[in-house]
Amino acid sequence: MTVTEDAATVAPAKEVGQARRRKEDARLITGRTTWTDNMVLPGMLHMSVLRSPVAHARITHLDVGAAQERPNVVAVLTGRDLAEEQGSIPCAWPVTPDMVNPGHPSVAVDQVNHVGEAVALVIARSRTAAADALEAIDIDYESLPVVLDMEEAVTGGADLVHGHTESNTSFHWVFDAGEAGTGADTEQAFAEADVVVSRRFVQQRLIPAFMEPRSVVVQPSGDNFTLWSSTQIPHILRVMLAMVTGIPEHKLRVIAPDVGGGFGGKLQVNPEEVLCLLAARRLGKPVKWTETRSESLMSAHHGRDQIQYIDIAADREGNVKGLRCRILADMGAYLRLVTPGVPVLGAFMFVGIYKFPAYRFECDGVFTNKVPTDAYRGAGRPEATFAIERIMDELAVELGMDPLELRRKNWIDAAEFPFTTAAGLEYDSGDYEAATQQALQLLGYDELRAEQQRRRESGDPVQLGIGFSTFTEMCGLAPSRVLGSLSYGAGGWESASIRMLPTGKVEVVAGTTPHGQGHETAWSQIVADQLGVPFEDVEVLHGDTAVSSRGMDTYGSRSLVVGGTAVVKAAEKVVAKARTIAAHMLEASEDDLEFTGGKFSVRGTPGASVGIQEVALAVFASHDYPEGIEPTIDAEATFDPENFSFPPGTHICAMEVDTETGFVKIRKYASVDDVGTIVNPLIVEGQVHGGLAQGIAQALYEEAIYDADGNLTTGTFVDYLVPSAADLPHFDTGNTVHAAPGNPLGAKGVGEAGCIASTPAVVNAALDAVRHLGVTDIRMPLTPERVWRAIHQGGDGGDRATAGSNAYGGAQTETTAGVSTPASALGGDK
Amino acid sequence: MIPAAFDYARPSTVEEALQVIAEGGDDVKVLAGGQSLIPVMRLRLAAPELVVDLTRIPELRGVREDGDALVVGAMTTHSDVLTDPLLARYGQLLVQATETVADRQVRHRGTFGGALAHADPAGDLPAVALALDAEFVLAGPSGRRTVPATEFFVDYLTTALEEGELLVEIRLPKLGEDWGVRYEKFNRVAQAWSIVAVAAAVRREGGRIAEARIGLTNMGSTPLRATATEQALLGADVSLEAVTAAAALAADGTSPSSDLNAQADYRQHLARVLTRRALAAATGL
Ligand SMILES: Cc1cc2nc3c(=O)[nH]c(=O)nc-3n(C[C@H](O)[C@H](O)[C@H](O)COP(=O)(O)OP(=O)(O)OC[C@H]3O[C@@H](n4cnc5c(N)ncnc54)[C@H](O)[C@@H]3O)c2cc1C
Repeated sequence: MTVTEDAATVAPAKEVGQARRRKEDARLITGRTTWTDNMVLPGMLHMSVLRSPVAHARITHLDVGAAQERPNVVAVLTGRDLAEEQGSIPCAWPVTPDMVNPGHPSVAVDQVNHVGEAVALVIARSRTAAADALEAIDIDYESLPVVLDMEEAVTGGADLVHGHTESNTSFHWVFDAGEAGTGADTEQAFAEADVVVSRRFVQQRLIPAFMEPRSVVVQPSGDNFTLWSSTQIPHILRVMLAMVTGIPEHKLRVIAPDVGGGFGGKLQVNPEEVLCLLAARRLGKPVKWTETRSESLMSAHHGRDQIQYIDIAADREGNVKGLRCRILADMGAYLRLVTPGVPVLGAFMFVGIYKFPAYRFECDGVFTNKVPTDAYRGAGRPEATFAIERIMDELAVELGMDPLELRRKNWIDAAEFPFTTAAGLEYDSGDYEAATQQALQLLGYDELRAEQQRRRESGDPVQLGIGFSTFTEMCGLAPSRVLGSLSYGAGGWESASIRMLPTGKVEVVAGTTPHGQGHETAWSQIVADQLGVPFEDVEVLHGDTAVSSRGMDTYGSRSLVVGGTAVVKAAEKVVAKARTIAAHMLEASEDDLEFTGGKFSVRGTPGASVGIQEVALAVFASHDYPEGIEPTIDAEATFDPENFSFPPGTHICAMEVDTETGFVKIRKYASVDDVGTIVNPLIVEGQVHGGLAQGIAQALYEEAIYDADGNLTTGTFVDYLVPSAADLPHFDTGNTVHAAPGNPLGAKGVGEAGCIASTPAVVNAALDAVRHLGVTDIRMPLTPERVWRAIHQGGDGGDRATAGSNAYGGAQTETTAGVSTPASALGGDK
Repeated sequence: MIPAAFDYARPSTVEEALQVIAEGGDDVKVLAGGQSLIPVMRLRLAAPELVVDLTRIPELRGVREDGDALVVGAMTTHSDVLTDPLLARYGQLLVQATETVADRQVRHRGTFGGALAHADPAGDLPAVALALDAEFVLAGPSGRRTVPATEFFVDYLTTALEEGELLVEIRLPKLGEDWGVRYEKFNRVAQAWSIVAVAAAVRREGGRIAEARIGLTNMGSTPLRATATEQALLGADVSLEAVTAAAALAADGTSPSSDLNAQADYRQHLARVLTRRALAAATGL
């Protein structure tokens, strides 16, 4: 049998599902690539930004004369110089018709509203000359009252961030299931409930802290401009910059070369991108700006920062009856690209995986004198998942129920999909019980519960707790019609095209823009299967608007489920076009052709076949091409999803709490995620690990802290604690697989799941360890001090002192001095 | 994050270094491993006109024996400390503390002398030097002088080093087998500075504690000795009760700062808990 077997009938191993090593990693990890800051252009100038050291003030005096005289300085520009041309940083998400948007100059004109805001620019022949000249700028400020606390900011008579607005509230946004017809009346549900539990949760401010700092290079050429930026969104950036600066869109090319991380932090139209472009236009020379880490921490947008008032209603048996959420969301000083949309996106996820009959959500966007917030890994869903998974634990305690039992009683059963929640979303698929069972196994749940019991009984100073997060999230942004109904300024489709080169090699041109996700590998695997060509024969091009003209870029765990689908559809078109040519070449009818393993063969005629890569060459020559057919088999496709993708999962954390010091240490962490069909298990694992690290970091380590004057205390990595592998546990990960019905790959998003799920599991675990000591809440991050205070003094651990640690001479940011004295090692020069 | 412009000199002997420093005016800074100096220069908290690099002065690097003392050159790097055979034998307290400093990259550049001269109260090595009553050998234009640890650390980031002086070596007592030591560090992530740390060295004679030396990190503007605890331990029997009772005095007389890692009362609490743990470990309890 083996002797006569036709090679073509043996299906080649499928690429999708293989744990391929990422083909882009060698160059990314070794740095043998062009990061934006590596670019050197002839005659290139360097821009440096003077930033406000005060949080709220009028600029009363600004003299740049001395700076202009500094060596190698070409120009010094202020907000006044650019006032007519800089426009406003765009906000693409006016969530309500009457949302107040005070406007966001790229460089302050006469008032500063947060520490780190740009107040002047130096453009010089070297980076160092530009940085040195900043010191020669003479600027005076007249202080205004600083607004930092959201709860105070929304009270009547509060000081205003923007004097010309009526209040610090930008918008009030409401979703009411009763009104929307997706649930019952919430007030009534609460009135009739046996049990109501209410909590106030604080989502601290976080900093995306991507590895590669932001960097921009602009090259003018006649009336054309090419802008390279370390951005997640070259396509959106191009449209927005054209609108902001008036440079016609077709005269502006935007390139995102290899980009070292974003986490939402580079889903932005940055003031510095606008400023670099304006400076290059003015001077007619290439201009580069690369931020320092301190600049990044204090001026790139931050994430999270919500105060959540959550009420849950249930009957005594533990059936949930209603959920009510009131949210204060800190916008910071301005609205950036999707600032107001972040809490609104979260609104749909507060009900989690539970069958709430009634639901109401209200959110106020509040201005404060801090850096604007915007998307950060999960954007809205981590906040929502935290609230629901924390309050479920509190309800369980109130009812005296096992937290998992309570969840099980209320979650959507596998047989109930598709299921429309009280928030109006139609969840696609999943099996929460199966995921939970697997996670319990991975954790070794029973043994750990037994150990917890032993430690309690013996009064061990180290207590053990176990915390759950059974969750789903909405990703794969997004159906354009849904975005339209939420007043977002753009669609959610994605585009891809495939170019068949004469030698049979394949170029995939993607509208998605990876910044560490491994798209080149995954897209190659998909195309290898679709076209039956070797993995190595596929090259993925992206991130350059001149190469990939249409795209919505990468964020919201959308690239595979939306962009990957566009790739599949483009490949289907290529095959369809090639079929016509192949039929012609084989002198057969198209209907008689079979396409497998990259070959068209004539059914019933052994040996009569032609490979798609040969068809590509035939098209190149076009010597013998059917009449009336366009001589190409290249194709393009655009895909707009009908629904979001909903990857569910169960995360369980076992936590040790040292009650003597308050130090918490994750003992074990198990997660089972359902991301549908897995294209590349290695990439999925990597995404889960990275997400877990960031979600755990929110629970335990990271917090952007401002002092009473609005200075960012956590202005360096000494004080803004990003954990490393040494601080994180081994992760026991698993998967259940329920193919997504919404796309041909059957894939669900995975980029944010770990980050969304993990935070409440960690906090619930810590609380479970010390609840018997009277602790009911601990504010994030769970610093040892907070945990210790919660155990020994009650409350949630309270506010932290806002002074930075004394390492590095107490340096906070570039704009605030340390604590050196004339006698100290630093000398008294500052 | 770009330092202001500065001149640079790289002498190859201590003599030459002293001369360059003397001629360099009032705004000279000495560069050892640069792990503290370069960051503060980049943040422009320091802007020296001349930087004198000590990394090419061989006589400043290495560990030698001198009778009952170990003599550690100021330019001995943290990673040198971790691999030095003499320190492995007689200097375990320093080795343990050095292991907790930062990460591998920083330990390859940072130096023992630099860490002491910098005198960051959150730094791990000053408390070790203080606990061991180290002696600091300083070289200046008019010769050498030796300063005891109690006089070396003057204030926050401030030492007895005068302008124009260099720290050249540090003399530590050899701790023999009758000593037990422990550096107990408390921080939030692996590479971070101490929130509080305790350096303990205990000498046992029979079942009793004959001598105890306890240094506290980050409990004030300089490293401190837990004097009350040390005294309470003298002659005490080696028991958890004795150690616990003595450790309860560890924060006496301290006035630590409050910052986002810890407020003062919590630091004092940590000092007591960590002292108990350090003593228990040092005495093998
Ligand atoms: C990321 C990071 C994490 C760190 N974590 C820790 C930690 O956990 N624990 C800890 O203890 N330290 C930590 N450090 C600091 C580290 O130990 C430094 O190496 C040390 O503080 C300074 O040593 P250095 O050799 O680098 O000195 P430098 O930075 O070169 O100099 C420091 C100061 O001392 C002066 N100086 C240096 N040598 C002499 C000399 N021979 N005579 C006179 N003056 C001199 C310099 O002029 C300067 O003012 C960390 C550093 C970094 C960058």
